[in-house]
Amino acid sequence: MAQGSGDQKAVGITDPEESSPNMIVYRKIEDIITKMQDDKTGGVPVRTVKSFLSKIPSVVTGTDIVQWLMKNLSIEDPVEAIHLGSLIAAQGYVFPISDHVLTMKDDGTFYRFQAPYFWPSNCWEPENTDYAIYLCKRTMQNKARLELADYEAENLARLQRAFARKWEFIFMQAEAQVKIDRKKDKTERKILDSQERAFWDVHRPVPGCVNTTEMDIRKCRRLKNPQKSVYGVTEESQSQSPVHIPSQPIRKTTKEDVRKQITFLNAQIDRHCLKMSKVAESLIAYTEQYVEYDPLITPAEPSNPWISDDITLWDIEMSKEPSQQRVKRWGFSFDEILKDQVGRDQFLRFLESEFSSENLRFWLAVQDLKKQPLQDVARRVEEIWQEFLAPGAPSAINLDSHSYEITSQNVKDGGRYTFEDAQEHIYKLMKSDSYARFLRSSAYQDLLLAKKKPESEQGRRTSLEKFTRSVCCWRRVRMAAAFHPRGGFLPAVGKVTGGQAPHRPDAVLLTVPAAGPGPEDHAGSRRRSTSADRASLRGDLVTVKEKE
Amino acid sequence: MSELDQLRQEPEQLKDQIRDARKACADATLSQITNTDPVGRVQTRTRRTLRGHLAKIYAMHWGTDSRLLVSASYTTNKVHAIPLRSSRVMTCAYAPSGNYVACGGLDNICSIYNLKTREGNVLAGHTGYLSCCRFLDDQSDRYRLWRHHLCPVGHRDWPTVSGACDASAKLWDVREGVCRQTFTGHEPDINAICFFPNRDAFGTGSDDATCRLFDLRADQELRTYSHDNIICGITSVSFSKSARLLLAGYNDFNCNVWDALKADGAGVLAGCLGVTDDGMAVATGSWDSFLKIWN
Repeated sequence: MAQGSGDQKAVGITDPEESSPNMIVYRKIEDIITKMQDDKTGGVPVRTVKSFLSKIPSVVTGTDIVQWLMKNLSIEDPVEAIHLGSLIAAQGYVFPISDHVLTMKDDGTFYRFQAPYFWPSNCWEPENTDYAIYLCKRTMQNKARLELADYEAENLARLQRAFARKWEFIFMQAEAQVKIDRKKDKTERKILDSQERAFWDVHRPVPGCVNTTEMDIRKCRRLKNPQKSVYGVTEESQSQSPVHIPSQPIRKTTKEDVRKQITFLNAQIDRHCLKMSKVAESLIAYTEQYVEYDPLITPAEPSNPWISDDITLWDIEMSKEPSQQRVKRWGFSFDEILKDQVGRDQFLRFLESEFSSENLRFWLAVQDLKKQPLQDVARRVEEIWQEFLAPGAPSAINLDSHSYEITSQNVKDGGRYTFEDAQEHIYKLMKSDSYARFLRSSAYQDLLLAKKKPESEQGRRTSLEKFTRSVCCWRRVRMAAAFHPRGGFLPAVGKVTGGQAPHRPDAVLLTVPAAGPGPEDHAGSRRRSTSADRASLRGDLVTVKEKE
Repeated sequence: MSELDQLRQEPEQLKDQIRDARKACADATLSQITNTDPVGRVQTRTRRTLRGHLAKIYAMHWGTDSRLLVSASYTTNKVHAIPLRSSRVMTCAYAPSGNYVACGGLDNICSIYNLKTREGNVLAGHTGYLSCCRFLDDQSDRYRLWRHHLCPVGHRDWPTVSGACDASAKLWDVREGVCRQTFTGHEPDINAICFFPNRDAFGTGSDDATCRLFDLRADQELRTYSHDNIICGITSVSFSKSARLLLAGYNDFNCNVWDALKADGAGVLAGCLGVTDDGMAVATGSWDSFLKIWN
């Protein structure tokens, strides 16, 4: 691609780690956490709580945190505050002191703040040796509260197998740490132990929990990926992550690069920029026009299959009978009718009646050409040329001499986009001429008003369904009034009988005044409504004239 | 000054000119002009939950019939459970006819499976991994691949728009293989991109927790969708059928529904994200290995 080099700024910012997606989130959370812990400006109350014989130092309740979030971040819905709190906990900035699973609850559960040393923004990515040392240390300290959970015991067993040869080293490290810990103040140790545990809950989460430090693999490649040990242990062999590629040296810009950039920018300036107000208006108009077609806003008719488990809607879409709504859409733009298979068929039929179908057929052929495999392209180009453009072509299209020149040149090379110019010309022609006429044609208008077509063209059942659907629009037409003296019957209002269609050749159906859609009689001509018909809507008996 | 330095001044001047031209066109904002009623709270519910993947779901694609979808997960590809040679799948696509599925990922290979015959075909020869693939028309195996971009791609035949890893979105002319327009506005990576149904505009989602609407004709950003309390980056975006709603999936396992015109939050769904062609439902696939279908 010509403009691959583009700007010569280094990708992102100078320090790629700063812009890593997780880092952005961490900084935002750290902002919140700092404020939360600030006593002077109304932070959360962190206190020491008495519990049985001992004290629990430095905790805050879930409720306090949630309340603080709602007040200070102007959150109205407590659910949102809990969600945000859970997010902060999941990232490891706040943790429940008695649970490995990091979520926020709006109750008296005790939470503690994580030490900045252990913050995820330090990009720890701790190795398994560190984890092994940690688990090992826990088993040495013989305290009830430091007992390993099941999954941790499993992890330890696995690590012992994996590091069998190094285990002495790990053991020694663990011992050293235990010694140092013993010298610390008891309360301080409690706090540090819990913080360390929370750190590992983030980096080696409980099975079933998502590891929040993981990054989208595609982004990992860009980071330098240093592996630091939490405990300062140096590792002889640095394991390379499979997705990590060595960073590419940035190419120096050459004059050629700058010249390309200038050409590109000049082209940008030359392009005409539309006013925002115009653009905004057109987008708004689009959404307003299509809002009734958006099932997420306007409920779908008859029902959304995903909700009602009824696939009638999809069946209707698949059938060759377009709904009124669908037909209406064809009028929105030329592209709409070209996109819809049924619309295309209708349009083609119309063009055939005007003896200009070669235009659409050409357009379709060129669309098809663009999707052909390379080996067939040359052949298809020739076929299209012969059919539509060569002197004496059977389906000659009308091109201006300029386009014709360009196209005949292109044909010599025979590529996928040979007919691009001609296609655009024909597209514009159809759009301004035939399409406009199609929309005014009786064929289209009939479809739009859901008028019935002659019997031969429709299945019996679908025409009945259409009729009964249109009957639903009528209000309170009395059954008696609609009953034909000759003994035929009309289906009940509001119900789809879907059974026998009373289409005996001599049955006549009522015509409704223009207010609602009306059925046609067989010959296809529409009877004008008369006062006799109007009376039928009020429920009076009506005499229906027969068609001779 | 060296010749190169002198030459470098020209692009800077041109960029200033372009910036001024854009400012001149910015005579109003989208929200000022919108005087339609707010779309109201969009209540959404899960209609289906699809289980079966063993790991994170990275990509999904609806079939054109709006009923079937194919999803790719970091361990297996689950549609009729197609086992792949490489376990690292990043993208998948459903052919318009519903007969083929294509997928690819870190193995630098695009694999195409015929759903009827259950056979696979492999297209090797890429130097980078596959980030996105789509079928043009399956009769002839025509497809489009974008490789080695850290970026998402949106397209409807032509033109094609992509969010590049330098935080700009670019409009490409696929025929001539050149970039036609560049849009800036985001700072960190753009993770997701989706065309407005009429192709005159597109929406993007980025790590800075904002979604933006860019217009091709005005050559600039129209609107930003963000909220102070949303701190996570966006992983995927999609428009509803009328484009009144912009659905965005976030890293905190939420999907937010935005009113595209008024930019108020319209609802929350609870990944990758895709709206069906007929607009009936939204599917979201997440790193907890479940796919959910909502409307």
